[in-house]
Amino acid sequence: MLMDSPNSTKPVFHVEDLTKVYRTGDVEVRALNGVDMDLYEGEMAVLLGPSGSGKSTLLNIIGGLDEPTSGKIWFKDLELSSFSQSQLTRYRRDHVGFVFQFYNLIPSLTAWENVALITEVSPAPMKPEDALAMVDLEDRMDHFPAQMSGGEQQRVAIARAIAKRPEVLLCDEPTGALDSQTGIIVLEALNRINTELGTSTAIITHNAGIQKIAHRVFSFLDGKISSVVENDIRSAPSEVEW
Amino acid sequence: MLSVLDRKLVRDLWRLWAQIIAVSLVMGCGVMTLILALGSTRSLEETRSAFYERSQFASVFATVTRAPLHLKNRIAAIDGVAAVELRVVKQAILDLEDLREPASGIVVSLPDHRETNVNRLYVRQGRLPDPSRPREVAVVETFAKAHGFTPGDRFKAIMNGQKRELEIVGVVLSAEYIYAIGPGDMVPDERRFGIFFMSQKVLSAIYDLDGAFNNAITTTRKDAGLKSIVEDLDALLEPYGGTGAIERDDQTSHAFLDAELSQLRGMATVIPPVFLFISAFLVNMILSRLIALEREQIGLLKAVGYSNIAVGWHYAKLVVAICCVGIVLGSVAGTWLGRGMTRLYGEFFSFPFLVFSQGADLYVIASCVTIASALLGATNAIWTTVALPPAVAMRPPAPTRYRRLANTGATSLKLFSPLTTMAVRHLIRWPLRSFLTIFGTSLSVGLLVTALFSFDSIDHMIDTIFFQTQRQDATLTFSSSLSPQAVLAAAQLPGVLQAEGFRTSAVLMRNGHVEKTLQLASQSKTALLTRVLDVDELPVTPPSGGLLLSERVAEQMSVRPGTILELELLEQQNRLVHIPVVGVVQGMVGLTAYIDEQAFDRIMMTGPRVNGAHIRTDHDQLDALYTAVKETPSIASIALLGLSRERFRATIEENILISVMVYVTLAVIITFGVIYNSARIQLSERARELASLRVFGFTRSEVSSVLLTELGIIVILAQPLGWLLGYGFAVLVTKGFESDLFRIPLIINQSTYAISSFVVIAAGVLSALLVRRRVDRLDLISVLKTRE
Ligand SMILES: Nc1ncnc2c1ncn2[C@@H]1O[C@H](COP(=O)(O)OP(=O)(O)O)[C@@H](O)[C@H]1O
Ligand SMILES: [Mg+2]
Repeated sequence: MLMDSPNSTKPVFHVEDLTKVYRTGDVEVRALNGVDMDLYEGEMAVLLGPSGSGKSTLLNIIGGLDEPTSGKIWFKDLELSSFSQSQLTRYRRDHVGFVFQFYNLIPSLTAWENVALITEVSPAPMKPEDALAMVDLEDRMDHFPAQMSGGEQQRVAIARAIAKRPEVLLCDEPTGALDSQTGIIVLEALNRINTELGTSTAIITHNAGIQKIAHRVFSFLDGKISSVVENDIRSAPSEVEW
Repeated sequence: MLSVLDRKLVRDLWRLWAQIIAVSLVMGCGVMTLILALGSTRSLEETRSAFYERSQFASVFATVTRAPLHLKNRIAAIDGVAAVELRVVKQAILDLEDLREPASGIVVSLPDHRETNVNRLYVRQGRLPDPSRPREVAVVETFAKAHGFTPGDRFKAIMNGQKRELEIVGVVLSAEYIYAIGPGDMVPDERRFGIFFMSQKVLSAIYDLDGAFNNAITTTRKDAGLKSIVEDLDALLEPYGGTGAIERDDQTSHAFLDAELSQLRGMATVIPPVFLFISAFLVNMILSRLIALEREQIGLLKAVGYSNIAVGWHYAKLVVAICCVGIVLGSVAGTWLGRGMTRLYGEFFSFPFLVFSQGADLYVIASCVTIASALLGATNAIWTTVALPPAVAMRPPAPTRYRRLANTGATSLKLFSPLTTMAVRHLIRWPLRSFLTIFGTSLSVGLLVTALFSFDSIDHMIDTIFFQTQRQDATLTFSSSLSPQAVLAAAQLPGVLQAEGFRTSAVLMRNGHVEKTLQLASQSKTALLTRVLDVDELPVTPPSGGLLLSERVAEQMSVRPGTILELELLEQQNRLVHIPVVGVVQGMVGLTAYIDEQAFDRIMMTGPRVNGAHIRTDHDQLDALYTAVKETPSIASIALLGLSRERFRATIEENILISVMVYVTLAVIITFGVIYNSARIQLSERARELASLRVFGFTRSEVSSVLLTELGIIVILAQPLGWLLGYGFAVLVTKGFESDLFRIPLIINQSTYAISSFVVIAAGVLSALLVRRRVDRLDLISVLKTRE
């Protein structure tokens, strides 16, 4: 099935010669070793690669959670690599939506409240119920995380991430803890948001099957991007082979 | 070689050091107060009994007007009496060069040419007086120290109206006057009150008591019935103006020490358990959390073949290790403070020596109690590890289920922000833990209220006693009961502006089986200087038809207005009269009973008499007054209320100040222990949650606000509970303090509650800030990688 290509080729992220070195005692780990990449507006990108190849490190750095050892990153006109801690906090708050493997919902807040937690501090948010409706959870609004399945929790996490209408949605193995059926539902939610809201989305995955839903696929190896493949034909999430 | 499990233990201890310090400080307070209270009680008890034993301290004391010495054999023949001494004991006014105002003293006779068999003196310096040298005296050490007297020094005393110069030959200590208090004083004032000892021959001559005595003391055999000895003695001495013999328990110095000891014992039973309870709770909190985090490790240990007991013991060892830190801290502080406190007692009470009783058993007891209470606190946590089947342990725990606040759906967020909701829900998710945290914090508020309220009460006491009831500047006591003319004469003394006579007499009150000996005092309807206040602190005049009893007397005698009491007039040949109680009045010092002046004269059947006069003085003519008093034979003593008041305030406030500092420290430690630990546990439980908030772009202060809100709610809720606890403790303290000598009113000013809360809130804020630093350093990324 053919899908729209991203509606622009303007980059939201521009990454130049990025390196990240972790030092623990005498041991040095080069998690990123000279990465260059652009992520376009409205694009759905999938980051593939073996474990330890540096995908999360890159995502964390462009999400403003971590700082590079060297190299530069721009988010639109802003040079993230020169940001202070509090500027990074502000940046995460206003522009980025995160989805993680282990959902990271607040157990003491209901689904609705977990979303409202974010919308209350965002400049132009959706209503929490609308965000939940986008992930088909409008009837679970008053449930606590402990009362929901993994897939449902992950969809709440997605609703929470998109409710502030972020420019980018960064997902680190969002289906990693889910079975194929629920995984597909989650991917459908992500796809729908990318299509309907035009949110640039980066998805890290281990699962090679998922690469088919992306506009572009970045493959990682040893802290470098080994190949970039553009999908002429994107599959629908429901067609993904797990 | 440490086993691997023990190495894990050491690392756990190392990792948890901050929390362990916080708990062991609280524990240390428990150990310290236990050692302090038990140690001081024992030291004081043993010092006292050692001193009593060496001195052959009397068990029965009797006072008469004048009785012949030949009664000695008959007293000695009373069943149970071991040894008898017949003495002359008299009041004297002292004229001291280094003191502007007159001082008073008690002069006690010593047998000539032999050592006394009862109430032996401990000679610190010099020797006892020689009967052939009439000017020689031995003085008690406190008095000598206060004036810098050493053997060879001289001072003047007015004895039986004559001024004499006396020469100090010895400095001594007496078991009878370990605690010595002058007339009209509420606390000892060693400058203005002294005890001195002279030869029996010399004293008898001075006081016209040749061949006679006015005071008898006896030691008794171990198995003797004191009650029957007192009765026999009373029967024997009654014809000679005996005012009723008393047992040692009623002797002032002994009774005061007893009151002090029971207070210390009270401290040992109330305060340490508070700390041990809190530390048990904290141990439980830390261990439960540790075990929750190590669930999978426990499962693994069991899976590879460690026994349940080995795993349980591993965690028990952790608890014991925490206890060891607390025990060491507490023992060091307790030993050090205990010695200081015993020494303080040594200074306040005159003991010739101090027996420090801090035997090893004390430390063993303290250690066992501490470890036992901590293990008790840890029981359920340790039991969890023992009961956990390995397969279950390897699975992650079920996610925490939260409940909505009563009846609040999506709309609740209009009231509370999501961050506040997080804090509140977490608080009610573990109601028992939250309650105990609140309770622990409120105990520190309560402790502070307990420590601080004494200032309010003492202030009130001083106001009531010195400004409401005893408004005279001084009280003159006459050498004997005189006609009311003497009051007019007293009014004529230089510097006296106003004089009001009073009469007192020892009586034995009887209501059924309850008996009580006390001084009945007259109260005139027109008196302005001294007043009697009712329980609501309004002045009352005694109705002519009956007695006004102070609350404590009424309680002890279990009488109500309307009850008819039988009065035995001890100074009137034990004549019996029956008289109704007409009211209960307030009385903070001593046991008091009042009767209208005229009614008093009527029942005594002696015509109008007075024993002394309350006077108001002209401040500028005090020197003249003092000189006149020293030269007036009929005045036995003068009590200066202004000086008493200052002395009282100074002594009490000094004592209270020390205890306030101790209590504030203790309260701060409790607050810190409770708040810091609960914050650390929260942080451990919610690190992931809080880090997630940071990831979503919440600022550091927003994220810490979740934690601080919960702590804030705890600290705020703890305040009213703390005030309530403080009030309760204060009631116990005043009840515990209550003795025949003193009754402390229960007055707690609002400022006391406010200050207590302020200190605890400040300590809470400080502990929270320490934890906040950890929130700021949360590792965002590592938290995202792990499953809860
Ligand atoms: N905080 C850290 N300290 C040390 N090394 C790290 C840290 N985080 C990641 N690494 C290392 O960096 C490399 C890349 O990790 P990561 O980006 O998480 O890989 P992945 O592609 O699996 O997401 C790995 O070798 C990892 O061990
Ligand atoms: Mg990763």
